[in-house]
Amino acid sequence: MKLTLKIWRQAGPDQKGKLVTYPLDGVDGDMSFLEMMDILNEELVNKGEEPVEFDHDCREGICGSCNMMINGQPHGPQKLTTTCQLHMRKFNDGDTITIEPWRAAAFPVIKDLIVDRTSFDRIQQAGAYVSVNTSGNTQDANAIPIEKAKADEAFHSATCIGCGACVAACKNASAMLFTSAKVSQYALLPQGEVEATQRVQNMVRQMDIEGFGNCTNTGACMVECPKGIKLENIARMNREYLKAETIG
Amino acid sequence: MSALVKSSLARKWVMALSGLFLVVFLTQHFVINITSVIAPDTFNEWSHFMGYNPLVQYVAQPILLGGLIVHFVMGIILELQNNKARPVKYAQFSGNSNSQWVSRNMIITGLVVLAFLGLHMYDFWAHEMQYKYISFLEEDSTRYYAETVAKFQPVWRTVIYVISFILLAMHLWHGFNSSFQSMGLKSVRKGEGIKKFCYAWSILIPAGFILIALYHHFNPLTA
Amino acid sequence: MAVLDSKVPQGPLAEKWVNHKNTINLVNPANKRNIDVIVVGTGLAGGSAAATLAELGYNVKTFCYNDSPRRAHSIAAQGGINAAKNYQGDGDSDYRLFYDTIKGGDYRSREANVYRLAEVSSNIIDQCVAQGVPFAREYGGLLDNRSFGGVLVSRTFYAAGQTGQQLLLGAYSALNRQINRGKVQPFNRHEMLDLVVVDGKARGIIARNLVTGEIERHGAHAVVIASGGYGNVFFLSTNAMGSNVMAAWRTHRRGAYFANPCYTQIHPTCIPVSGEHQSKLTLMSESLRNDGRIWVPKKKEDAEAIRAGKLRGVDLKEEDRDYYLERRYPAFGNLVPRDVASRAAKERCDAGYGVNKTGNAVYLDFAASFLRYGKVEALTSGNKNATEQEMIALGKKVIEKKYGNLFDMYRNITDENPYEVPMKIFPAVHYTMGGLWVDYNLQTTVPGCFAAGEANFSDHGANRLGASALMQGLADGYFVLPYTIGDYLANEIRTGEIPTDSPEFEQAEKDVRNRIEKLMNASGTHSVDYYHKKLGLIMWNKCGMSRNAEDLQKAMDEIKELREDFWKNVKIPGSANTKNQELEKAGRVADFLELGELFAKDALTRNESCGGHFREEYQTEEGEALRDDENFAFVSAWEYNENPRDAKLHKEDLVFENVELKTRSYK
Repeated sequence: MKLTLKIWRQAGPDQKGKLVTYPLDGVDGDMSFLEMMDILNEELVNKGEEPVEFDHDCREGICGSCNMMINGQPHGPQKLTTTCQLHMRKFNDGDTITIEPWRAAAFPVIKDLIVDRTSFDRIQQAGAYVSVNTSGNTQDANAIPIEKAKADEAFHSATCIGCGACVAACKNASAMLFTSAKVSQYALLPQGEVEATQRVQNMVRQMDIEGFGNCTNTGACMVECPKGIKLENIARMNREYLKAETIG
Repeated sequence: MSALVKSSLARKWVMALSGLFLVVFLTQHFVINITSVIAPDTFNEWSHFMGYNPLVQYVAQPILLGGLIVHFVMGIILELQNNKARPVKYAQFSGNSNSQWVSRNMIITGLVVLAFLGLHMYDFWAHEMQYKYISFLEEDSTRYYAETVAKFQPVWRTVIYVISFILLAMHLWHGFNSSFQSMGLKSVRKGEGIKKFCYAWSILIPAGFILIALYHHFNPLTA
Repeated sequence: MAVLDSKVPQGPLAEKWVNHKNTINLVNPANKRNIDVIVVGTGLAGGSAAATLAELGYNVKTFCYNDSPRRAHSIAAQGGINAAKNYQGDGDSDYRLFYDTIKGGDYRSREANVYRLAEVSSNIIDQCVAQGVPFAREYGGLLDNRSFGGVLVSRTFYAAGQTGQQLLLGAYSALNRQINRGKVQPFNRHEMLDLVVVDGKARGIIARNLVTGEIERHGAHAVVIASGGYGNVFFLSTNAMGSNVMAAWRTHRRGAYFANPCYTQIHPTCIPVSGEHQSKLTLMSESLRNDGRIWVPKKKEDAEAIRAGKLRGVDLKEEDRDYYLERRYPAFGNLVPRDVASRAAKERCDAGYGVNKTGNAVYLDFAASFLRYGKVEALTSGNKNATEQEMIALGKKVIEKKYGNLFDMYRNITDENPYEVPMKIFPAVHYTMGGLWVDYNLQTTVPGCFAAGEANFSDHGANRLGASALMQGLADGYFVLPYTIGDYLANEIRTGEIPTDSPEFEQAEKDVRNRIEKLMNASGTHSVDYYHKKLGLIMWNKCGMSRNAEDLQKAMDEIKELREDFWKNVKIPGSANTKNQELEKAGRVADFLELGELFAKDALTRNESCGGHFREEYQTEEGEALRDDENFAFVSAWEYNENPRDAKLHKEDLVFENVELKTRSYK
């Protein structure tokens, strides 16, 4: 199939960017979206032009590297799917596809479609851990039984891949879904209880410092999340936060 | 206030609580108003009570005003901050594919409702002030019904009321249900029930207000 | 040929590690504060090592090419992690895990290392649970296990199909805690381009900031290489696009021996290549072989009709199907080890029985399982007279519960519904058992340079068992390296800060700059991918699932030629002073082009078949691998040479004191 691509090109963090139009032929339905981008880049390289820079790595939908705003939707039109797992059969011959980077003050553009998501790392560093040293002397793994339903819920929250689609989809560029998923994982497990108070306070504080927007409960984050992380995580974090601020 | 504005989560709480407070007020307002359709005498009686009871006048009313101001000032602060969180906009953004229009445009529905409140205050509150404190007219516990019906005679005013209540319904559709999420009260089990109740309420109350306005418009006092 | 000193401690197998820990040197806490350690790679091995070293008090710098440590490819591991916990009470023990690993590796790994791995495996689970890793649990609230890879006990811990992700995020959380404390300084979007050796000791690295293009010098008292495997030398593999051998190869160039490069695991259940544009291959968990039957058509004309699209496999009659694994290996059937299953698939496809348009695919069929599960389901739900149709429908639901996410992934990628038609699968490069040679302390032949995880060669011999890669990465990083590195660092407490203005750093940086300049100034005829794909094809066709002397010799020549052409004619647009993905790729492919030749050389030297290394000349009459324990029970450790074909071989003899060497049989 033949496509018209409109891709955001930006040479560097402080440079001005713009949408550049590229016609592309010979796209096959079995290709993944990123393989389609590979073809474009191969063409650009052969012409001596700089290829479009984009983040990608595992191409299995788990590392969370890929991040493209495709026709106004994070990771494109298919729900519960990362860009790398989106296939070209979802598009039609003759389509025009607009590809932009995630847009958020907390995700500044590095080059073309690559953005800096270290703000996510810093939120995690503020408290997304259990303070236990690697001694080899921790108690036996089965010493504390955990209700299966809770363990499963904690696991589900923990499946966030940190891609940032929630921020990209949110009209406010809020990072609540991301932050709350991690807060929830630990809030649901006995191992996380001890540090629950400082954890939620520190992580929320860091989230605010990074310049993410406020959550207004539009729910767009959950719909666009390639892993289906639920809004309940946000409610839980709101609860945990109130508890932390009032009861302590 | 500044402490509240510091944390994004505290801001959510403030928005939710002030909104819920306004929801309670709206319910109370509706209960009084509906009597104007079914029992004009009761309407007169209750309106008079609201207008002259010192607790209502000097305690409840300022609190209401405060709640309203907090809600809309915070709403505007949030909007400004949220705009700052995305300085470069998308060339293409298909918000409708992942969220409801009303949830993304609370500022629009909110500002329309705010503008309507201006008219509403002019119509009733300013009128009361004039009656009580400028003209120093005597208490009359029978005047409210007639005054209310008279207000709804002009077509333009009725139309503005109807439109405003539609926008209020849209505002509530997202806001009411959303406040429970903000306060973290929703769990998977209770979530659906709360959601249904909120949605129903958000339609029924504004629809009731619209009905009252239309009823009075089409049933003028002949005497 | 010099004999390498593996420094395996004396004493009985089960006491070696404990005794070793009791006698090695320690660094006192006050001194640890003055010692810097560089960790390259932040996956399971690197991330856990960095976190633990920082907990101990060392100053750690981590390096990774991704934007965050959380994206390392450990994250993609699906199945699980082995540990000899014996929670199921099915007779598991450290010794059994040790024995299974040695046997699975076809008796080409070092006994003492493998035993230590089994010994610390239980600690890993305890540690991860304490960190809040959400493993799967039973209704009683205790940890669940599943069986894996054809062993006789149930010892695999898992978190749905995302065990690697959960373990990596656990290590990442421990790392984050240390970053927050200021004990770890993360250098993300950085790539190590060289190892700096001063007076024979590893003293730092040269790295490139991938965002700004800056070349940076970083000094340290020890360097840990945990940069993963080199499966991408095949271009197409289940590795991440960025996975590369650069850190390990640069270390090799500076004096670290590279061990067993030809030991590559080709995983039997991957989604087949669909066309030329393909950039990577996707694994379907090994667990599918528990319920799927693998087959190809019996008649060649049927296979041809299927390839031409005139016939559907699902319509083929039972008697026209060849369930070749069940036919060849009646005892283990579809559950033979990975290497055996992969070779059998290749044999059928080479013989002309492949079932997709490229001819490189076999069926993995769940129809029998649908019926089998459906029957039980119908009976247990009280429907004694269910029709076959009803049973199949019920069975599909059971399969969906077990493998739903895998089926969805398959459907998404191939656009075929595996509930209606059999899956098509084909083997793909998955893991490399070879890597930097290390002694018992995980130290390479360069003092002060250590290697952990897939980047070293140590524990899996010639074939890795399922769910053992995660175990090794975390064992090395959490429980082995942090102790053994102290033994070396105890002699460094008086060294003081490592200056980065020494002539050695000067020279290393100059070398790196020259290399980049050379790449940028090549004639610009072909893209990097052009060379990478060509290299991949040579590797796959001549050094892949089965190898022979003639092809290997040819491969060496072709790779050499390709390498020379690459350096003359590669094309890299843009500049070296900014983010430049073509330059990044070029640096990696340049190293693959050297490694590939050594790989072929290693395979050519090893005149036997073992594990993932199958030499056509060395097979039994039935076509099974023929090991030669008399002449090849050793580790091949190669000393670097500019011409990889002239690399010098050093042998570490493998001494088996605790297991008897046997021929693996699955018939």
